[in-house]
Amino acid sequence: MNTEKKWFKLDLGAKSNTGATCGCGKSSGGCNSHSYQNLPSTMETEAKDGFDQVFDVKMDRRTAFRKLTASLMIGAGAVSSSCSLTTSDDSKEKAQIDWEEQFKGNYKLMSDEEKKATVDRLVRSYQLRKGKNIKMSSQNASEDVLFGYAFNISKCQGYMDCVNACVQENNQDRNSQMQYIRIHEIEEGKGFQFNEADDNYYHEVPAEGHFYMGTQCFHCDNPPCVEVCPVQATWREEDGLVVIDYDWCVGCRYCMAACPYDGRRFNWSTPEVPENEVNKNQHYLGNRMRKKGVMEKCTFCVQRSRSGRDPACVEACPTGARIFGNLLDPNSTIRWVLENKKVFRLKEDLGTEPKFWYFMD
Amino acid sequence: MQTLKVFRSLVLDSLDVSTKGSFRYLLWMAFLTIVMLVGMYCYSIQLEEGLVVTGMTDRVSWGLYISNFTFLVGVAAAAVMLVMPTYVLHDIDFKQAVLIGEGLAVAALIMCLAFVVADMGGPSVLWHMIPGIGVFNFPNSMLTWDVIVLNGYLFINITIPLYILFKHYQGKDANPKVYVPGAILSVFWAVGIHLVTAFLYQGLQARPFWNNALLGPRFLASAFAAGPALIILVLAVIRKFTEFKIEDKTIKKIATIVTVAAQINLIMLISELFKEFYFPTHHSESAFYLFFGLEGKTALLPWIWTAITLNIVATVLLTIGKFRNNFGMLYICCFMLFVAIWIEKGFGLIVPGFIPGPYGKIAEYTPTGIEIGVTLGIWALGAFVFTILAKTAIGIETGKLRFKKNRLEE
Repeated sequence: MNTEKKWFKLDLGAKSNTGATCGCGKSSGGCNSHSYQNLPSTMETEAKDGFDQVFDVKMDRRTAFRKLTASLMIGAGAVSSSCSLTTSDDSKEKAQIDWEEQFKGNYKLMSDEEKKATVDRLVRSYQLRKGKNIKMSSQNASEDVLFGYAFNISKCQGYMDCVNACVQENNQDRNSQMQYIRIHEIEEGKGFQFNEADDNYYHEVPAEGHFYMGTQCFHCDNPPCVEVCPVQATWREEDGLVVIDYDWCVGCRYCMAACPYDGRRFNWSTPEVPENEVNKNQHYLGNRMRKKGVMEKCTFCVQRSRSGRDPACVEACPTGARIFGNLLDPNSTIRWVLENKKVFRLKEDLGTEPKFWYFMD
Repeated sequence: MQTLKVFRSLVLDSLDVSTKGSFRYLLWMAFLTIVMLVGMYCYSIQLEEGLVVTGMTDRVSWGLYISNFTFLVGVAAAAVMLVMPTYVLHDIDFKQAVLIGEGLAVAALIMCLAFVVADMGGPSVLWHMIPGIGVFNFPNSMLTWDVIVLNGYLFINITIPLYILFKHYQGKDANPKVYVPGAILSVFWAVGIHLVTAFLYQGLQARPFWNNALLGPRFLASAFAAGPALIILVLAVIRKFTEFKIEDKTIKKIATIVTVAAQINLIMLISELFKEFYFPTHHSESAFYLFFGLEGKTALLPWIWTAITLNIVATVLLTIGKFRNNFGMLYICCFMLFVAIWIEKGFGLIVPGFIPGPYGKIAEYTPTGIEIGVTLGIWALGAFVFTILAKTAIGIETGKLRFKKNRLEE
């Protein structure tokens, strides 16, 4: 995908060789086509450049942290066991997990084993803290899948069932009423006057003389948010999903300023979801519980879409205005829409290449 | 070994000189300490509760912190206007001013870094940004460029004065062969830090208010006006309260720099206003919001018009030589210019970038008390650092602080 870019991109050679190692254009994993075992390790280091590409260095860092962790844990463990008889095994394990989570690497650069390890830690941590079991997946993108989304403006009536389903599915903070989807109520007869639209209405819908248009993260193929992130905490996965590693994000909100579609949300306070409302079917990159001070956004419900289901908003829509599918599958509904309807995208002039199309009947 | 001994003695002397002083000096330091403590308390609340205690929202996601950061990068960059003539062109007039200027740059950079850290959602994972340990998205992210240039500039501005003062402390002359290359590098570096900071905003196609080729040059012009203006004010205070001799000639020369930069800044402002308002497009809405308000939302109007008025009045007065050479008048003009540019390049630049939002939503931003508390605390930190640096430097330059070989045995 990246090699076919038509826009100019500042690339000072740091990533010029990555195409050789994987067809996906990045060497960091995330697509299933990376199989490090099959490649001789010398070629691996020769072909890659830049810190994040060098597998060895990352291992060094991790082992360094492991050693550091181990020695500190031994020290801390010795102190706590000698000074306190009441410390339970549980709290020791909790401390161990917290420590390892604090100093783990970027999910984007993790091997499958490391991904599994962090997911296991998070599941165990939740068990220790809340006494409940959650299911968390670290499923990678499948080959030959590129997710796309289409929105039928003629059909949407502004019921906002998608918004509610999204909040429930993705465990968004209930206090701040965070919502990934915004439904804009626009007056008919003037065209797309977004600045006069109301995205926060509280009245019966459909309101006469109005039409509705939903926006969310458009999962751009050339996402500005990914470019600007100083720590690569957000990236485009091989199936086109733009995702965030909530544990790697430093909370600078540069991506938020860079997003032309208002697609990103920030956890200004610790997100709170009532225990009985928590969706326990989670994905590391999707709806797992977030913490304060990190970005989040729509992931096309990665926990659902990667296991072959539609995102919650698509499933919840009572009018059938939302269509989701694999753009690489010629028989998918989304392909039918793109081929048979007059589709358009928002702010196409910015060169972001959204994978979110609008159309009318 | 000898060097270490001298360095230790310098640190001790510096601690000694910065903890002792006149009653007024102690009062000043006590005041700064109290403000810093209040700021730290406010920051502790922010750490506990999250950034929700600030006025920032998903609609306006950068506020007072980033505004002050942007402005202070300019102040830091301005030291170069004194460095270049002194070290490179051997203009003796600036010699006294330059150490003060570099001290100011160090203080401004420390404030910059503090503001960035205060703005972070997860300060505990900031190590993710350290190259080598974390993942550094270089060269794609302008923020990583900024991390490099700011820390590099901080390093240069600490080492050059330290070397010079270290030599003078021992009663020796500093070797120009050692510090002039550093000084030349710092000249380019200063332009770099400000241009890179401008590019941070300039590169965002999502925000038409910032996505403007003039932003970088205008940053430089306003920085070279506001920074030296602050240096003049600081020199005025130092002249009054210490024995450090600063000649009128020096201040007059800096005043010329301020004047020229302010004039260029004004020309660029006119160019920007022309572009936004001659044939307003959809992209001019942020400027409309800033200067006239949109849909009854007018929070920034009093600020920006104050800034424009101060800016124009100060520039006009400075342009007239009679006023510029009158020191009382000059100080007032410098103060006006400093405030004007702080408003204009601080929240006058950052906040309208987010208003209206990507889909035209107009949600205003008002900083909270806690945010203001943290901001004041960081300014106090800067003043505190600068005072200590300046007091040590002045002590050495006036010959009061000297290395005594047998000091440690005494």
